[in-house]
Amino acid sequence: MPFEYAPAPESPSIVDIQSSYGLFVNGEFTDPIDGERFKTINPASEDVLAEVVAAGPADVDAAVAAARRAYENVWRDLTGRDRAKYLYRLARLIQERARELAVLESIDNGKPIRESRDVDLPLVAAHFFYYAGWADKLRYAGFGETPLGVAAQVIPWNFPLLMLAWKIAPALAAGNTVVLKPAETTPLTALLFAQLCQQAELPPGVVNIVTGAGETGRLLVEHPGVDKVAFTGSTEVGRAIARSVAGTRKRLTLELGGKAANIVFDDAPIDQAVEGIVNGIFFNQGHVCCAGSRLLVQESVAEEVLDSLKRRMARLRVGDPLDKNTDIGAINSAAQLSRIRSLSEIGSQEGAQRWSPPCELPERGFWFAPTIFTGVSQAHRIAREEIFGPVLSVLTFRTPAEAVEKANNTPYGLSAGVWTEKGSRILAIADRLRAGVVWANTFNRFDPTSPFGGYKESGYGREGGRHGLEGYLA
Amino acid sequence: MPESRLRIPKTYKLFIGGAFPRSESGRSYVVTSLDGAFRANAALASRKDVRDAVAAARAAVPTWAGATAYNRGQILYRIAELLEGRRAQFVEEVAASEPGDAPSTVDAAIDRWVWYAGWADKIAQVTGAANPVAGPFFNLSSPEPAGVVGIVAPPDSSLLGLVSVLAPVIVTGNTAVVLAAPDRPLPAVTLTEVLATSDLPAGVVNLLTGRTPELAPWLAGHLDVNGLDLTGVTDPELATALERDAAENLKRILRPAGPTDWTAEPGIERMVAYLEIKTVWHPKGV
Repeated sequence: MPFEYAPAPESPSIVDIQSSYGLFVNGEFTDPIDGERFKTINPASEDVLAEVVAAGPADVDAAVAAARRAYENVWRDLTGRDRAKYLYRLARLIQERARELAVLESIDNGKPIRESRDVDLPLVAAHFFYYAGWADKLRYAGFGETPLGVAAQVIPWNFPLLMLAWKIAPALAAGNTVVLKPAETTPLTALLFAQLCQQAELPPGVVNIVTGAGETGRLLVEHPGVDKVAFTGSTEVGRAIARSVAGTRKRLTLELGGKAANIVFDDAPIDQAVEGIVNGIFFNQGHVCCAGSRLLVQESVAEEVLDSLKRRMARLRVGDPLDKNTDIGAINSAAQLSRIRSLSEIGSQEGAQRWSPPCELPERGFWFAPTIFTGVSQAHRIAREEIFGPVLSVLTFRTPAEAVEKANNTPYGLSAGVWTEKGSRILAIADRLRAGVVWANTFNRFDPTSPFGGYKESGYGREGGRHGLEGYLA
Repeated sequence: MPESRLRIPKTYKLFIGGAFPRSESGRSYVVTSLDGAFRANAALASRKDVRDAVAAARAAVPTWAGATAYNRGQILYRIAELLEGRRAQFVEEVAASEPGDAPSTVDAAIDRWVWYAGWADKIAQVTGAANPVAGPFFNLSSPEPAGVVGIVAPPDSSLLGLVSVLAPVIVTGNTAVVLAAPDRPLPAVTLTEVLATSDLPAGVVNLLTGRTPELAPWLAGHLDVNGLDLTGVTDPELATALERDAAENLKRILRPAGPTDWTAEPGIERMVAYLEIKTVWHPKGV
């Protein structure tokens, strides 16, 4: 007998979405010079939300020029104390308008309101609050006190506002000005953030937002007027950016893809581990670069863990992102849905066994049921490639050494998980995992004080903590 | 000893996996002293030698990265002791290789090595952190070696420059493949003889002599190399091409903006360039 819930939707009326947005350049919303307009849609309904600009070369020029002027005339020479005050203002404005931002994030991105309200927005405000405090204490951080100049920042669609915070807060604290490009499918919260910059009376040009797709991003990171490039997104694009900045003096930090192993030993607390597995791969529809997308479970408990995992998955509620009971929202775009479908079909074709709980999906919008593959070998594409969706590949192991070897058998190195009650084993395994973040008996935890970033082809540089300042100081 | 005793010249070879092979290509090139006199036929390393050196460096990673910081510090200090014992030989070779005050250059190189040896068990305390996260979690960030680092050694400073780029890479637990200064490689080869007798595990340092434009692209493009130090690449176009090659597997790259003063005390940047920060979370509870 399924447990029925009454719908409990958060009202979208808290947020006022305009029919059309310009670019945010030099403190003003401006019409494009040579950019064209495109539509952003609600992935849960496919309804058009607004028209935004795909910024062209002249638009990017104007934004970089505004950032340069603001850097040279205002921001660079402002005292750290005053930069801190602006950042504290922004942190407070975000807290004041957190619900509005959360609802807009869920509408534009498709993520459950429970996550945007309880995870994304609190972290966004905390991030600004944290780096605000660094602005007048840079001399104690150990990376010098000289900003780089204009930072070009390109962010993905999975955590639109949180990635904006990770980029803008440390850049501004260190005395840089920024031109930020949000992802083409999720521009709206960045544009609302631009309004907060106006409310904060941030000097014009310190933050500029140019919307658009990959081409706008390319124009921005290749622009000769930028001193720093910070990118979060796919390893493929990260590689292209690393090539394009070769031979320039631009500083580069990259936070790229992952294929994290989540290792469950036979002495793990199984119920907690299953919650961790679910959180690891189904949080944010699996649109998480550090998602625990490869479950490595010790052979002796594999059956027990899988039975429990399947029971838990059958309780996951997929549907309206604005419903407070929803666990899994909409896939962010038709293109991403098609990639998830395609890799899942390849998983079946290569011989892995696919399973999803019975799950009614809405007719309109982009949806994918939570899915696991068992009988996965290390050579399978679903064990090697980042799917970026609610799809878990399950592999087994017998010894700790085998677990470590399989976990590290990937060109990525962003995150990993380990579940065991034995403390000495946690520390030994954590030492051997080649990943920038290791969650032991937990998963997908984030904090502004805690450095985050990858080994190997998951990129370089760290975001968060004292370490997060390094990429913005000379 | 009779004055007419014939000197026994040394064969200068490559250093790969703790052994001293000639180049697999069978090639060599003439190295002359500053006044143009013949010094030696150095091995002219090939692409295959680069690949062998990378394989040796990779094989040495678990042992060296897994050694305790104290142990790495002990071994590096031991290397300095052996350098001191061979001081006269290094002075002679450096004097023949480059202009300048060879004795003080050698002294600076030995002192530099001691300086870095002392960092082995301190760098984690300077670059790590205990993070005060907003929740009941233990949260610790620690540096770890990036893995295998390719180094193009400075062409102008055959010993002090080499020591200044090599010691910071290995003291933190990385292993290295070094391209020695092409025109003055002999002090570098003699350094490998010190390394071979100093308890440094085989493969931690591998050193090739030869031509930078021929060898460096194979190092930059090798997918089992994690970091690349372009300090010794003087041709900006080659350096840019190498950066581009290195992007294929997102190598950590160090390319100084201008010339380096090898006599100045270095900061920690050369160590930090090839360190990864790992953050470990664990819930607190009873």
